Amino acid sequence: MSAEPPAKTNPARSAPGAAAKQARRRRSSGIGVPIARSRFLMIAVAVFVGLGLGWWAATGLEWVKPIFLPSPGSVATQIAKLATDGTLWLDLTASAYRISIGFLIASALSIPIGVLIGSFRSWEAAIEPLVDFIRYMPVVAFVPLSILWAGTGDTQKFLIIFIGTFFQQVLMIMDNVKRVPADFIGLGRTLGLPDRKILTRIVVPSALPGIWDTLRISLGWAWTWLVLAELVAATSGLGYRITVSQRYFQTNTIIGYILLLGVLGLITDQVMKALEKVLFRQDGHSQ
Amino acid sequence: MTVPKLRIAGLDKSFGTGERRTEVLRDINLDLADNEFVSLVGTSGCGKSTLLSIVAGLQDFDAGDLSIDGAPILQPGLDRGVVFQSYTLLPWLTARQNIEFALKAAGYDHTACREIALEHLDLVKLSQSADRYPSELSGGMKQRVAIARALSYRPKMLLMDEPFGALDALTRHQMQELLTQIWEEHRLTVLFVTHDVEEAVYLSDRIVVMGIGPGRIMQTFDVDIERPRREEVMETPAFMDLQRGVHKAIREASRRPEMA
Repeated sequence: MSAEPPAKTNPARSAPGAAAKQARRRRSSGIGVPIARSRFLMIAVAVFVGLGLGWWAATGLEWVKPIFLPSPGSVATQIAKLATDGTLWLDLTASAYRISIGFLIASALSIPIGVLIGSFRSWEAAIEPLVDFIRYMPVVAFVPLSILWAGTGDTQKFLIIFIGTFFQQVLMIMDNVKRVPADFIGLGRTLGLPDRKILTRIVVPSALPGIWDTLRISLGWAWTWLVLAELVAATSGLGYRITVSQRYFQTNTIIGYILLLGVLGLITDQVMKALEKVLFRQDGHSQ
Repeated sequence: MTVPKLRIAGLDKSFGTGERRTEVLRDINLDLADNEFVSLVGTSGCGKSTLLSIVAGLQDFDAGDLSIDGAPILQPGLDRGVVFQSYTLLPWLTARQNIEFALKAAGYDHTACREIALEHLDLVKLSQSADRYPSELSGGMKQRVAIARALSYRPKMLLMDEPFGALDALTRHQMQELLTQIWEEHRLTVLFVTHDVEEAVYLSDRIVVMGIGPGRIMQTFDVDIERPRREEVMETPAFMDLQRGVHKAIREASRRPEMA
């Protein structure tokens, strides 16, 4: 591809050191030593299978009571039952709606503010210390207040998701923006571009892959804050179902929903990663 | 009496304030004639890159005069094309789009942008890679695009800050040859910062040696080697003598003056 191809190491040249070569070949572990993708997958799958088997054995052999840990089969049938009677779907859509709106509001505000304070020192002075202070306030402690302010409806869920993600996002996006190479801005200035255009044509596009990554990471946290809000005060949603199930000792529902939340988090993360590859395919391997 | 292309007169520059104030440049006087290729050399810390950055308008200075064609330099602008050491190609744009980006900023219309961009990619022998992204280009190719970009909007002069410093020796030689060729054909006033003396002698009409503590001009060498220059010229006695002389001057210039 490239005009100056990298020098290939000639295997014949290293033939004399056969013993050394053998020793080198055997080195399949150690800090930073790469492994084959198939091997990586095998190990990862083995861990899941192993844990699943352990769970299955522990319940099948009745080492633990089903009320504490139901069998995989019981969890699966319970989830299937909730799926067929429509409960699961209602819970899922209620939660998906809340996380989408809450996360969109947080992101829509954090991106412009993050770009602003990452670019202009005065704005950073005005906003960064305040945000830094607020983000250390535990989100959990805002739950009672949020109910006082917004009741127990969807607005309160948006509020908790917002408090949990917005302040973190702002600081991370500020960092994304600060990491734009100074020479990129220098380039814009030598081309005589005004600040506004340097911001929109150079700084933002350059920081965008990083900002996307920030969104992906904070979306993962948003799931946690969503469930927290639903656990405390709600009449629908995945978190609500978990609380209700505790009242009736339906441990199989609780575990099924927790696993489901894990899968949902994983799916959104993978979707964001896949989009990242499509949106920024030319940026990735530039450094 | 003609007005020089670039005039630097009595320029001082320091960083910081009060106790921690350090003087970086003291009383710099340097004129560049039209179409002259001048290199700034010196050990690290002599302020050569700072001086270039000031001429580019990217840094302020404390005292002195700075003008292009007699007009004072107040800010960065399209009359000076800058090539940075770190390529600075925007990764989300192809080679051609990177050049068009600059042309658009300079106010060219869409069709002109495309035409001029392709023409300049041809100049640096990269027509085949017009639609490649920077991540698909080698370091040398990236820097060729950056040079094409800086030339494309016809600046009055070119400022280059160790443009080949990050390249391997072989690529660096190819780039030097390419730059000489382009310069000999098209002629332009160039201020070139490097720490590679061989490179400076090969490319320049004049070499300015800077010293440290604070940065100032110590000595100037005229390079009386005939053009066009090809790589073989580096083997000639005249070339090697001059190279030795510049080396010696840098060594003497980088000896710290008497401690105050």
